[in-house]
Amino acid sequence: MFKRSLAAMTAIAALLTGMLTGCGTSAEDRNTITYWASNQGKSPAQDMEILRPQLEQFTRETGIEVNVEVIGWSDLLNRILGAATSGVGPDVVNLGNTWAASLQATGAFVPFDDRLMQRFGGRERFLESSMSSTGMAGEVPTSLPLYGLSYGVFYNKELFAEAGVRPPQTWQEFVRVAKRLTKPDENQWGVTLAGASYTENSHFAFMFSRWEGTHLVGRNGPDFDSPEAVTAVKRYLDLMAEHQVASPGDAEQGETSEAAAKFTDGDAAMLIGQNSVIPTLRENGMPDEEWGVFRLPAPSPLPANARPVATHVAGSNIAVFKDSPQQEEALQLVRFLTGKKAQAALNKQYGTLPVVKDAYDDPAFHTPKNEVFAEVLTHYSEPAPMIPTEAHFETTVGSAMRDLFARIATGREVTESDVREALTDAEQKMKGTGG
Amino acid sequence: MTTTAAPPAPGAPRTAPRRRKWTPSRSKLPYLLVLPALIFELLVHLIPMLGGLYMSVLRLTQFFLRDWLNAPFAGLDNFAFALDLDSAVGSALLKSFAVTAAFTVVTVGASWALGVFAAVLLNKSFRGRAVLRALFLVPYALPIYTTAMVWKFMLDQGDGLVNTTLGAMGVTDGETFWLLGNNAFLSIVITQVWRLWPFAFLVLMAGLQSIPADVYESATVDGAGIWQQFKSITLPMLRPVNQVLVLVLFLWTFNDFNVPYLLFDQSVPNSANLLSIHIYNNSFITWNFGLGSAMSTLLLVFLLLVTAGYLAFTSRRMKDA
Amino acid sequence: MHEPTWFRVLRVVGLVLLTLFVVVPLYVMATSAMKPLGEVTDTFEWVPGNLTLQPFLDMWSTIDLAAYFLNSAIVSVGAAVVSVLLAILAAYAISRYEFRGRNAFRITVLSTQMFPGILFLLPLYLLYATLGQATGIVLYGSKLGLIITYLTFSLPFAIWMLVGYFDTIPRDLDEAALIDGAHPLTALWKVVLPAARPGIAAVFIYAFMTAWGETLFASIMTDSDSRTLAVGLREYSTQTSVAWNEVMAASLTVSIPVVIGFLLLQRYLAQGLTAGAVK
Repeated sequence: MFKRSLAAMTAIAALLTGMLTGCGTSAEDRNTITYWASNQGKSPAQDMEILRPQLEQFTRETGIEVNVEVIGWSDLLNRILGAATSGVGPDVVNLGNTWAASLQATGAFVPFDDRLMQRFGGRERFLESSMSSTGMAGEVPTSLPLYGLSYGVFYNKELFAEAGVRPPQTWQEFVRVAKRLTKPDENQWGVTLAGASYTENSHFAFMFSRWEGTHLVGRNGPDFDSPEAVTAVKRYLDLMAEHQVASPGDAEQGETSEAAAKFTDGDAAMLIGQNSVIPTLRENGMPDEEWGVFRLPAPSPLPANARPVATHVAGSNIAVFKDSPQQEEALQLVRFLTGKKAQAALNKQYGTLPVVKDAYDDPAFHTPKNEVFAEVLTHYSEPAPMIPTEAHFETTVGSAMRDLFARIATGREVTESDVREALTDAEQKMKGTGG
Repeated sequence: MTTTAAPPAPGAPRTAPRRRKWTPSRSKLPYLLVLPALIFELLVHLIPMLGGLYMSVLRLTQFFLRDWLNAPFAGLDNFAFALDLDSAVGSALLKSFAVTAAFTVVTVGASWALGVFAAVLLNKSFRGRAVLRALFLVPYALPIYTTAMVWKFMLDQGDGLVNTTLGAMGVTDGETFWLLGNNAFLSIVITQVWRLWPFAFLVLMAGLQSIPADVYESATVDGAGIWQQFKSITLPMLRPVNQVLVLVLFLWTFNDFNVPYLLFDQSVPNSANLLSIHIYNNSFITWNFGLGSAMSTLLLVFLLLVTAGYLAFTSRRMKDA
Repeated sequence: MHEPTWFRVLRVVGLVLLTLFVVVPLYVMATSAMKPLGEVTDTFEWVPGNLTLQPFLDMWSTIDLAAYFLNSAIVSVGAAVVSVLLAILAAYAISRYEFRGRNAFRITVLSTQMFPGILFLLPLYLLYATLGQATGIVLYGSKLGLIITYLTFSLPFAIWMLVGYFDTIPRDLDEAALIDGAHPLTALWKVVLPAARPGIAAVFIYAFMTAWGETLFASIMTDSDSRTLAVGLREYSTQTSVAWNEVMAASLTVSIPVVIGFLLLQRYLAQGLTAGAVK
């Protein structure tokens, strides 16, 4: 009897060990590297389509096989985190360039010092702006730029013609134009924004604070509630509050895709978005000739020491794991992807901008629209705070603004002191969780 | 072990001496039976949890993650910090706790009530019963992502079904923001109840099946009405099942992460900021795993206390019954 | 049994309301799944204008839906089967035996259910990674790792629920078998299990759904070869666009087999002691 119960146990144990050994495989192939690519296209499947020919070319040139996995943005940082902590992960990885300093602090990535940079054609080969978002200022970067992005103002040409307005040159004009385009009765608004997205909100807080000549995160840490910062944040909120050129419904939009849909539906005449949104406009059925783009205009005149920043340095970077047993092969892949040919081909298909100067030889990046984004990225950009706690900055400031938008949308007044209070609270939280 | 034979289970009606040989192995049998379950729980829960507890006394930011075992020791700093109610962090944690408690009470109550209601209504066979039973289980079978998406869709301020319909019926002006401000709380409640009540229904339905029909029959003969039968037969008979069911619902809801996370694009309004979201933001977003682990540990202690109290209370009632 | 009129009215009204509550969101899903993307985000209309089945075709190529579905099926069924097996054994021991440590075991296992996932997500990942390096058994990023993880998620309550169901089964039944000289496991298999079928079916569904819907652990512990639906479906939405119609179409499609599975299990759900096992 006992034997039978024992037999049953053994059977279960055997089943489980069978599963253990059967499913577990760990093939270490010297000539294969693993690459985690970020989701740049409209779907991971499209990413694979775009990447595959390039990676096949890489294999032909070097004999190194690449095992690529496309990872959505919502999971990418956590996956990198797991890999960095455990030391078990891919060889090469893409990352959002605002994470550069955070990830640099983990010490899990290969530093690109001057000697190593020679292999990539030197620091000078890369756009200075994109290079500024690869790690903390003054430290050896641990990632290299891969795809360049910047903000621009998309506008609906037909609605502009109807209202008899032209792309504005200053912020004051921008507001005036937006008012002319706003007809709440017809559900048409001057501009649309993603008020529930903390990342978007924080980007605008960053840009607008530069218009006031202040830094939200300075040498002494966060300073969110200075009078200049309050003015900057209120300027963005006022698009919905004071000027009423953005629909209250925008307070609920948590993703750029929703704002983009409002723009392509003709419910909003302008959309402040990054060039990565262009494929979505097409996808939504808005032909290229129906929209134009201009640089986000700063107020005029600007205070002294202010800069007309029209974007943070946006985009994706690429990095190599220190724990990778195939660092050399990994670096070769980075060199290939930052090479002139791959840069031109990939950025063309993704609608992003090359991050190396020589790739701009390609005429595709000199269309009037691309010129706008390229000019903004090279001349009107500054890197988002390159600090290890950049994510704290985005969540605290961005969420505070989201809550303020919600208050505005539900009809409550938001005064300057409300804004200051919210930003003080955000600053406390940021300082608090600094560890 | 002092006994070599398993004593008869308490309450076993049969007390006649059993003339059977109990081999020593018999006393080992229960241990062998629980062993596999124990091994897996050790591997996946207990050992990692010890790791988590250890993390809570470390200064574990991204600077130290890579070599986390050697991260600087922080003592109880993380706990002190999380519990400092005067600071922005501490008061946010307290607020989140209050939201979670309210969310749990409302959701569990509503899910259980709907579940028992449907189970009782469907306990008698009639035409179409199988169809309804299957239909009611569909929300439980849908991926959570989809459930969140479809509710988000319906609750959309501009174009959603809820506002369109309420507006057309003249109940509201049709411009309510369901996903913002305090209304966000209602949104997570309704979404969670929608996907959770079928589970209560399922478990209670199975529980009702094990109540012998003749108990009801004799009650009917005694002239007990439907309501009396429900109170004096159904509820008491369901007690063992209810005890576990309510606990499952409580823990699921209290630890729920997905509904707010998916409903609000990872940017959750304060009124829907459940503890697990709060802790996630304080560990995975800000990469301060020491603080996050300390908060989780506090949550764990709270849940253990509540559960212990709950079990003590319900078990006594069951014995009294 | 005679039912008063008020109860019959209550039944009809109650069931109609519950049905509406369940069906309306499903109706929204179904109609959204059959609209062109441009129309999905427009103002909601009860009667949709243009209907198309295109999303049901496109959804297979936008993401690797078939592979994710297969992964989810393997992981969920695997976790549920093992979990129910282990739970039956443990629950039988608890329900029918007094043994030292019985309560300690009960409490320990139950308390694991209280651990917030966030607390041990990272440590578990590290443990799997360490085990992987030390033994070559790949648990992180593999379906096996997920199966093991998920089975422990459902195990505690599976045990507790089964104890609850086993306790309602009169002991006379298996005692009689024992007196006839049957081995306890035989009594479990031949006597207790058949009587506990509804409970076991409910527990299986519970264990299956726990694995089927889990998102947090899957988002970190899966790779492209083991990604489950719960995580994979999110790929329909990217930073700049959401394929709403395809999400809904895919969700409906993958839920159909699950609902059919539920239907098949219903036979057992409705087949307990009422079948006349008590005599």
